[in-house]
Amino acid sequence: MTAEAANKDILLTIRDLKIEGRADEEWIEIVKSVDITLHKGEVLGLIGESGAGKSTVGLAAMGFTRDGCRISGGTVDFDGIDLRTAPEAERRSLRGRRIAYVAQSAAASFNPAHKLIDQYSEGPVEHGVMSRAEAERDAVELYRRMRLPDPEDIGFRYPHQVSGGQLQRAMTAMAMACRPDLIIFDEPTTALDVTTQIEVLAAIRDIVAQFDTAAIYITHDLAVVAQMADRIKVLLRGEEVEDADTRTMLSAPKEDYTKSLWAVRSFTRPEQPPVKDDSTPVVSVRNVTAGYSSLKVLIDVSFDIHKRRTVAVVGESGSGKSTAARVITGLLKPSEGQVLFEGTALPPDYRSRTREQLRQAQMIYQMADTALNPKLKIRELIGRPVAMYLGLKGKALTDRIRDLLALIELEPDLYIDRLPSELSGGQKQRIGIARALAAEPRFIICDEVTSALDQLVAEGILKLLDRLQSEFELAYMFITHDLATVKAIADEVVVMKEGRVIEQGPKAEMFQPPHDPYTELLLSSVPEMDPDWLTHLLAERAGT
Amino acid sequence: MDTILQLLGFVLVIFAALALGWLFRWVATRVTPHETAKALRTAPLTASFGMLVILIYVVVALLAPLVAPFGEREVVGGEFLPWEAPYYLGTDSLGRDMLTRLVYGARNTVGIAFVTTALAFLLGSILGLLAATVGGWPDQGLSRAVDVLMAIPALIFSLLLLTIFGTSIVTLILVIAVIDATRVFRLARSVAMNIVVMDYVEAAKLRGEGLLRLIVREILPNAAAPLVAEFGLRFCFVFLAISALSFLGLGIQPPTADWGSMVRENATLITFGDVTPLLPAGAIALLTVAVNFVVDWMLHRASGLKE
Repeated sequence: MTAEAANKDILLTIRDLKIEGRADEEWIEIVKSVDITLHKGEVLGLIGESGAGKSTVGLAAMGFTRDGCRISGGTVDFDGIDLRTAPEAERRSLRGRRIAYVAQSAAASFNPAHKLIDQYSEGPVEHGVMSRAEAERDAVELYRRMRLPDPEDIGFRYPHQVSGGQLQRAMTAMAMACRPDLIIFDEPTTALDVTTQIEVLAAIRDIVAQFDTAAIYITHDLAVVAQMADRIKVLLRGEEVEDADTRTMLSAPKEDYTKSLWAVRSFTRPEQPPVKDDSTPVVSVRNVTAGYSSLKVLIDVSFDIHKRRTVAVVGESGSGKSTAARVITGLLKPSEGQVLFEGTALPPDYRSRTREQLRQAQMIYQMADTALNPKLKIRELIGRPVAMYLGLKGKALTDRIRDLLALIELEPDLYIDRLPSELSGGQKQRIGIARALAAEPRFIICDEVTSALDQLVAEGILKLLDRLQSEFELAYMFITHDLATVKAIADEVVVMKEGRVIEQGPKAEMFQPPHDPYTELLLSSVPEMDPDWLTHLLAERAGT
Repeated sequence: MDTILQLLGFVLVIFAALALGWLFRWVATRVTPHETAKALRTAPLTASFGMLVILIYVVVALLAPLVAPFGEREVVGGEFLPWEAPYYLGTDSLGRDMLTRLVYGARNTVGIAFVTTALAFLLGSILGLLAATVGGWPDQGLSRAVDVLMAIPALIFSLLLLTIFGTSIVTLILVIAVIDATRVFRLARSVAMNIVVMDYVEAAKLRGEGLLRLIVREILPNAAAPLVAEFGLRFCFVFLAISALSFLGLGIQPPTADWGSMVRENATLITFGDVTPLLPAGAIALLTVAVNFVVDWMLHRASGLKE
């Protein structure tokens, strides 16, 4: 495909692109000299960690920068038009008509007050490409091609009446409305479950091929980009690291940084000896049924978590994983069943638990941003549980905080008096871990702790959690939708769907066939690095 | 020609104000301790000017008997005397020295308005944060009670209460504070509602923190920025409320000097093209602008760390 594409015309040329962002009253260069050459019908994958400048480069390909940013150098040439110098009116006439953009969160990007088809028609009608009636007919056609259920009527729904995966496909259809030459996909499947992700990926890939549209596909997920792109460009801190066609890049990466990205998923925790049958589990969830008013979110859920063991609770969003955590912590009272801690039943409401019971079970949250009070310094964030549960004061307290910081591999002198806003995402998550450790618990709930992080950073966090587990004999309940993480860290796996436990057992058994059909679906949906994986999978699923 | 001169004068005043602000900042960064000086250096000229004005008002209000050339209630000469020594700003409708009245007015009007606003905030934000944190019945009870209070027009309600309880300064402060606290309650509650659902509040609850600590350490610091901004605005509204009540004869009672009633008492002079009655109004305007300059800066600082 690449060789074929090379012969076609060049659509987009970006040369020596420099973009600056304004921070603290001065301009800081966030993109340093990036070159892109995109041929008609070619799909370019842009990958890198957060802050690498992927989205900024993607938007610059439309001649657009976010507020507080400016293009400070280089050229952006789209089919003979210099987007840097072209008047705003000309750029606006291109956007939506010849260049389209698909945002990460379709749910946040659609206007909730208008029906999907109204938003679909806006672009073509505004640009004078089609009449309103034509646009609506066209919408139905594209919805059908995007394999949306009920394409005749789905457009007449409001965004909140449609699921996340369908919304993302509707948004791609909308981007296609004027048959643009170039579409920029900015992490279109990052917020979706693996099973939904497959559908969206397949739909996007088909439609891009059908209309021979060029695309820039921005993502941090290597396995996804391997399925989508003809060519991959790796960015690091606003600079290009490597650029090659997909197969070459995957099989023979040249740069060290690229190799480290590729190697991320290699971390696996050593196998733990099986649990003795007679030992008391640290936490035992017994036949718990719980929900909000009449809606049951958990139905008859039971599982045990033993000392020094990690139990991964897996499932799609809405499967009841987080609700199970809420029942264990006492935020939600179960209507039936109970939670045992080392053999004794915990009061169902956290308010009636003793301080000692609260201390023993700690929680690490998915979003470190909202889990740490932005107005408190690290000293108080970590120090508070120490002072509260262990009664340390003054120098002893400071020493303990410093120990904890050293434990999570942050230099105490440097970090003790910082605010959360002065830390990176991974560092914030480490503080979240330190806060949980500060209570010296026996059991920690990790709620999607790595899903908001870049893969390299996430791996560091997983290694840290693993080390702490052996050091303090902790029991973990690891809530996640990412099966790669499960493979890396879990001892036992609990698969949940619609509030029920579908299957549970040791990791080795869970990853070996035979599976429950749902587990099979989940496992097979995890993208692999093989660029043919999606094609094969779809063929396989179509065959059965 | 006249308009050009006026325009020029206007520009000159703005430059003078900014220059004063710069001068104030220059001095302030040198006499204050290190930490404060560091913060002050980031202040824009508008905020510096605002701080200077507030400082002058505070000093004048505190040292009123020393600054004022005459006694607050002393009749010193004829009525409506022109601006000549020793009556630099003339005299009022009863022959009291205008400058003296202005100086004492700073003490009375600003002092009362400040105490009232502070009280309104204390009451309103404590109850608002409490309602948001506890939720359930206490929240319903408080919120509905506030709705009832807010349903009655503020001016009519304060007139009613002042007629019932009498027109002493203490009742005036309490009545306006209670009425204004309802507005503060609504704001504090809605801001806190968004904070209560944050994971860090949940984490604190699961840690077993008491209600007081939840409110003071976890919620209040994050709700402070909008509350501070509201303080600046509320302060101005309270000012106006007091002036309005004084105008109706139920506010600060004569012969106590008050900027609001001073405008009214001397209003007849305006017909003769004399600006003297507008001086107290100007004093109110200047303080209002100054307070808002400073509040703007504080808001900017509070939000700046979040980006």
